[in-house]
Formats: sequence, C-alpha cells, structure tokens
Amino acid sequence: MSGLGIWNYVIFIFLMMAGLYMMISSSNLIKKIIGLNVFQTSVFFMYISFGYVEGGAGPVLTEGVTLYTNPLPHVLILTAIVVGVATTAVGLALTIRIKESFGSIEEDDLHKMDPSI
Amino acid sequence: MNDHLILRVVGKFLIPYVMLFGLYVQFHGDFGPGGGFQAGAIFACGFVIHTLLFGSRSTEQIVSIGFLRVISALGVLVYAGVGVASLLLGGEFLNYNVLAADPITGQHIGIIVVEFGVGLTVASTITLLLMIFAERGLPS
Amino acid sequence: MLTHLPVLVVLAPLLAAPVASLMRGAFAPWVVATLVSWFSLVCSLLLLAQVGEQGVIVYNMGGWEAPWGIEYRIDFANALLLVLITGMASVVMPYARLSVRQEIGEERSPMFYAAMLLLILGLCGMTATGDAFNIFVFLEISSLATYTLLAMGKDRRALTSSFSYLVMGTIGGTFYLIGVGFLYVMTGTLNIVDLAERLPALSDSATVRTGFAFIVTGICLKLALFPLHLWLPNAYTFAPSAVTALIGATATKVAVYVLVRMIFTMFGVEFSFVEIPLSYVLVPLAVVGLLSASSVSIMQLNIKRMLAYSSVAQISYIILGIGMGTAMGLTAALLHVFNHGIMKAALFMSLGAVAYRMGGVELKDMNGLAKTMPLTFWAFVIGGLSLIGVPLTVGFVSKWHLILAALELGWWPVVVVILVGSILALIYIGRVVEAGFFKEPADNTRREAPAGLLIPLWILVIANIWLGIDTRLTVDIAEAAAAQLMAGGVVL
Repeated sequence: MSGLGIWNYVIFIFLMMAGLYMMISSSNLIKKIIGLNVFQTSVFFMYISFGYVEGGAGPVLTEGVTLYTNPLPHVLILTAIVVGVATTAVGLALTIRIKESFGSIEEDDLHKMDPSI
Repeated sequence: MNDHLILRVVGKFLIPYVMLFGLYVQFHGDFGPGGGFQAGAIFACGFVIHTLLFGSRSTEQIVSIGFLRVISALGVLVYAGVGVASLLLGGEFLNYNVLAADPITGQHIGIIVVEFGVGLTVASTITLLLMIFAERGLPS
Repeated sequence: MLTHLPVLVVLAPLLAAPVASLMRGAFAPWVVATLVSWFSLVCSLLLLAQVGEQGVIVYNMGGWEAPWGIEYRIDFANALLLVLITGMASVVMPYARLSVRQEIGEERSPMFYAAMLLLILGLCGMTATGDAFNIFVFLEISSLATYTLLAMGKDRRALTSSFSYLVMGTIGGTFYLIGVGFLYVMTGTLNIVDLAERLPALSDSATVRTGFAFIVTGICLKLALFPLHLWLPNAYTFAPSAVTALIGATATKVAVYVLVRMIFTMFGVEFSFVEIPLSYVLVPLAVVGLLSASSVSIMQLNIKRMLAYSSVAQISYIILGIGMGTAMGLTAALLHVFNHGIMKAALFMSLGAVAYRMGGVELKDMNGLAKTMPLTFWAFVIGGLSLIGVPLTVGFVSKWHLILAALELGWWPVVVVILVGSILALIYIGRVVEAGFFKEPADNTRREAPAGLLIPLWILVIANIWLGIDTRLTVDIAEAAAAQLMAGGVVL
C-alpha cells in the first residue's frame, strides 16, 4: 500500500510512547500538555501516512494522472488538529487559572496543598 | 520590542502579504488545495505577527476582543445558515445542490459560503485565543 | 420538515450556541437555551415515534449517500438516548436559572449557556451519527464543553479536577481515534454499517483486534469504568450543580451507548464475545467496580462525592449487562442507562437545591433537612430509594431485568453481587436519610428551596415513580433496541 515500509509505524509508536511518558512522568502541568500534544501528533502522523500511495499524485484532478494519494485521512486529521488546538487552549487556560488560584503548577505542590486533588 | 527595528520593518512588510495569501487560499480552495481552516490559520498569522511585534494593546486597537467574538460566532452561523437554507429549499442539511437551479453551480456556491464561514471562525478564534492569553499577563 | 428530524435535534443547539454566547446578562441566554432544549426534546420524541412506526431512519448529510457521505442512522437505541439527553437538558435548563445565578454569576452566564448547548450538541451528535469518525468529532465537542463547564465551579479544586479530566479524556478520545484509524486502514470505510459488513471477513487480522482494543479502552475511559474512573469523583464534586446534574445523567451514558454501538453493531456479537472473550474483561471489572465504588461511597462525607462514586457503581451495573452479551443483558443495560439517568439527575438536582440554601452538601448540612426543606429532602429520599432499587421506582425495573438476565445465564454469583450492591446503596443512602430525619438542624427555621428549583426536580421525581410503575414504555423500547443491536449491522 505504501512505500514507507513499517517506518511510519515505528515513528508513530515512538512518538506516542514519548508523549504518554511525558504525561505520566512530569509533574509540571505545562509539560503534561506538551506530552498530550506529542501524543496526539503521533496519531496525526499515523493517519497522514495511511493516506500515502506509492507514486500517487496530489489529490487534485489533473489530466493524464490516474493514481492519486488518498485525501480522506488528511481531511480527517484536519478536524483532529482543530480538536487538538482547542484542547491545548483549554488546557493552557486551566493551567493559568490554576497558577492564579493555587500559586503553583507543579502537581506535587498541588497535592501537598490538598490531598484530594 | 521597541529596539528590534529590523523585525518591525520586515514584519510590517510581511503582514499584508501573509493576509493576502490567506485570502488566496480561502477563495482558491474551490479549485485547488486550500479551504477555510488553512486560510483562517494563515490569515490569523498576520495578527499573530502584529501582536508579537507591537504588543496585544496595539492589536486590540485594530480588532477588539468583542469584535472577534462576534465574528467567531458569526462564522458558525454562516456555516449553519447554509445548512438551514438548503433545508428550507427542500434538500438535506448542507445539500448544496438545491442552492441554485443548476446542481454544479449550487455546489460551488455552497462550498464557498461554508468555507467562508469556517475561515471567519478559524481566523477570529486563533486571534482571540492569542489576545486573551496575552491580555491575562498584562498589568491592568 | 418531519424527514429532517435527525438533523434538527443537532442543528438547534448548533445555531443557538453562538447566539447565546453573544448575548448579555443571564436571562436572555437562559431563555434561548431552555427553548432550544425543549425544541430538541420534541424532535427526539417525534423521532422515537417515527422509529416505532417506520423502523430505522436514515438521513444522508448533504445528500451524499453512505458510505461516501456521513449518514445519521436512528434506531430504537439512539432514539431512546436522544430522548434521555434532550429530556434531561429540558429539565436541567429551567433549573439552571437560579442555581447558575448564585454559583456562576451574571457575567459568565452567556458563555455558560453556550457551553451547555455545545455539550448537548456533542452528546446528541454522538448518539445520532452513523459514522465512526463523526463520533470522535462530537465526542471531542462534548468533552471540550464539559472541561469548561467543570472548571466553572466555585471551589478552586474544580480547576484541577477539570485539568485531570482533560488529560484523561483526551487520552480516551485519542485512543478511540487510533482504533478507528486501524479499522479504516483495513476496510477503507468509516461508516458503521459498512464497517459491520466488512469486518467479519477480517476478524483474524491483528490490526482489527488491536483497533478493537484501542476503541474499547478509549471509550471505557470516557464512561469511567473501574479502574479508569479516577477523573470522575472530583469532576462531579466540584462542578456547578446544574452541570453535575446534566453530565451525571447523560455524558457517561452516551459513552456507554457508543460502546454498545461499537461492540454490537460494528464488530458484532460473534466477534466481540466469541472470538474475543470480552465478557472475561468487562464482567470482572464491573463486579470489582460495583463493590469497591459502593464501599468507597459509604465513607464519603461530601454527599455529592458520595453520589459520584455511586455513579461509578451504577455504570458498573450497566457494563455488567453489556458484558453478558445476551439480548436480555443488553435490555437491562439500556434500561439502566435511561433509568439511572433519571434518578441521578433527580438526586444531583436535590443536592443542588440543598447547596442553594445551605451553601454546602456535606453530611452535616443534611441534618434535619426533613424539617427545614421537606420537599427537597423527600425528592432526595425517593431518588435514593430508586438508586437502591426499591419496587415501584425505576431503579427496581432495571435491576430486576439485570437479575433476570444473570439468572438466564446461570450466573448466581453475579446475582449475589447485584444484591450486595443494593445493600451497600441502602447503607450510603441510609446515612443521609438518617441525618435528614433524626438529627437536629443547626437552625430550625423552614427554608424550602424556591419553586424554580423544586418544579424541575419534582418532574424528575414523578418520572422516577411513573416509569417505575408503568414499565411498558421503557421496557418495550429497550427490548426492541436490544433486538436491533443483537442483529448487528446486517438487518439494519
């Protein structure tokens, strides 16, 4: 299906695990958001690489071209990117308000202030 | 940022072209690669550069936060309005065929208006996000 | 216009949300939100009637036939869910006016109602659509609305609870996206019915199985199945009252619906329960979740948190029904989705009324409520009885069916677990009832909640009893829905 072999999957899994690890291991909320972004981006890469067809042209009707790459995954990921942007914005806004009301964005500090968090 | 003369001059020079390119991607989306999301993001880049170079206060003199909020809501309404129009004209939701006598013309009209709505919302929302975040840090 | 009902349910909140966000003050956006929820409720009821008459309704978005376009496909299961979502919204919105004025304030009200409308939009969209990727989009719309609504709580811990839900919820949503991606690679389609036709031929493929695992795990995070429930108690506890009532009644239920749709319609019973023994995963988790969450809720001093843990327990009942993989189990699960929605909304709304007057919902605030706020307290008692599963309430109906389904399979230990769960519920509800009836209030004056809170609350309480006595409506629909779901995507 594609000329990428399995390398796209290797990259996808590496990025995904890196993102998950960042989310779990770091106590800083901003770093968690960065991890979340890396995690989501890995899935975007996965989808985009799905759509690639070896030797395919860009999916715009052109005379004399019969083989096109699949544009649908790209469109889907466009939506997912928008979702990612919105999630990041909400996450950052929450972080700012947490900083304003608790004075810290380190999860360990927050936990010390209130064990129920 | 006052002493970064080169950045300011180059930035001022770039902003109109960035925005023009945004408009091109917006309205050429019907025939080639492009569309509302990409165009909105590019167009908003103009405002982002402006905010970075001249500060959010001076950007707010050009587009106020209240104005951006209206535009972002308006974009959604334009998008949904096309759907409602096609409902009222007897087609399914977002069926552009019924928008004109000829289905092909209808598809053109439909996608252009819908993408325009998307572009409005995306451009204003990205600018809005930046300005709201930037304003939070300013001494009031 | 009747042929457009499937889209009107979703379209009305979509149009109203931006309008509400631009209004000023608290009153105008409230009117818009309330009228729109009522309109959506009428649409959903008409849809349910239409499904009863004509069978499955298919609506092609933009006039593009499935599988090229996105189709909305309404059968009994989603019609029932749509009635639940819009019905709860129609009751919570009138209730929200007073409680939002006190808890959120006028300035943020337009955005609050806009977010509520977006939440309803997302939930209805997830329910109505017949496209696997479209579900993800609506899932994220509803989740983003939920994060902002949760963060509007007065307590500053609302922010951290919202943040942890944001992280967990996004992981859940992205897992779902990965799963759908794997299925797309294998089949080249995103339409659920189309997928259902193509997946059986590929059931040996490791990619499909991995996709299945990702989808089920992702959705279970969203529906707060034990042990993925950790985001839920704090989120419910610190959210504004109206938000807790709406989210507690609908959000997790819609995730349950998506799980059902994936397991039964898309992958099919054969794949989910025979080739992949899903029962061995879902049933033990449900049993452990049921017992542990019920036990934990006995120890809570904050009543809202107690009910939040109880929600985890009740979700476990639903998952138990799904995990049986039989038509009866599925009927019980769908019944409990609907019934638990009604009773949890009533309970959270009565707590909201207590918070409105007393300023808190700790156990000590409940002291002597039977004297000071009798109507509110009796609503809580009836909701609590329903939660326990006392006859003549909706809780009894669904638990009865769940026990019947377990007996059909000969799962005696599960029957015992269900009964123990009810006893645990009796204990945690009993503590509150005891405080309300037998403890002396700090201040003996009568201060019943205002009518604006009581009327919506009592509508739900009456629904609790009505649907507990007249079970024809819900049981018949749930049975029909289960029959359709068990048949998979083939007959539809």
